[in-house]
Amino acid sequence: MSFINYSSREINCKIVYYGPGLCGKTTNLQFIYNKTSPTAKGKMISLATETERTLFFDFLPLSLGEIRGFKTRFHLYTVPGQVFYDASRKLILKGVDGVVFVADSQAMRMEANEESLDNLRDNLKEQAYDIEKVPLVMQYNKRDLPDVASPEDLSRRLNYLRRPEFNAVATTGEGVFDTLKEIAKGVLQELKRGTR
Amino acid sequence: MVAHMVMYDEESRRIEEICHKLNRDANARVVFVIDKNGQLIASAGQTEALDSTSMASLVAGEIAATGGLAKLMGEKEFSTLFHEGTKDNLHISLVADRVILVVIFDSRSSLGLVRLRVKKCAEQLNQVIEDLGKRSQSQGHQTPFSEITDEDIDNLFSV
Repeated sequence: MSFINYSSREINCKIVYYGPGLCGKTTNLQFIYNKTSPTAKGKMISLATETERTLFFDFLPLSLGEIRGFKTRFHLYTVPGQVFYDASRKLILKGVDGVVFVADSQAMRMEANEESLDNLRDNLKEQAYDIEKVPLVMQYNKRDLPDVASPEDLSRRLNYLRRPEFNAVATTGEGVFDTLKEIAKGVLQELKRGTR
Repeated sequence: MVAHMVMYDEESRRIEEICHKLNRDANARVVFVIDKNGQLIASAGQTEALDSTSMASLVAGEIAATGGLAKLMGEKEFSTLFHEGTKDNLHISLVADRVILVVIFDSRSSLGLVRLRVKKCAEQLNQVIEDLGKRSQSQGHQTPFSEITDEDIDNLFSV
């Protein structure tokens, strides 16, 4: 749910990075944080375990500039990917405006990707969102690793909603900003339509 | 689908006034009003030294987690949270199931005083949120974004 403030002339939107454990959601945010100018970003918060696995969420506020006299701010969140943190994932999806689904390209993680995507659909439904109507971008991460499934295979198995899709290597930043731009556009276009 | 939350000048001014009054009456250091989804709506007091955006996101996460706990226990909600520090204390309360009122106070105030003032202020805040809901409904779902072009959106990313 975006927040439009006529008084401060700001619009705030919430984007959630979703996906199975260790797929690179936090790495996406870290790369964005490292490559964004200090004036456009706030502090990045990571609520993680001692072994640096996401425990609750990561949070990164970004300012993208003005549109029609309104400052546009995006709040980027990640969810904990591990299966047993489902209660936390549900909470973070509350009020979401757009979702980036980060898939792990490794062939052996295909089932984990499918399970996480199903989980996203179910959790969105629980918040009265329909996955077919929420702005969603697919990212096939870890393209640099050996034994990865082909992009075509990933697309066929995961992108049944035919949403924009990108190959990525979040550790080097490949595809990270393309994904972010696409989801930001999707969210703004949804606002423009005003159908929500 | 959930509607956008929209804040208009008049309600924004009323909420700012409530924040300032509470900050004064409760002898607090800082008062924040935050949307349940983690967006900062208004603040008063010594806010300069605080990262209000991070604060808003973490408080909203905390309220969400506490709401999850309440649900597990068969409670409707836990509407108030209190954190006691060595210097500063944090009083967090959920108002109208929509916004979060945060008060940071030190030894110049007390939990009793803050609770008393927060209760009174919550009633006023509740009224503003109700009025805001009515105004949003009467003004429909038109957003300033209904007339933006694809070019406007592309321009955001051209820098």
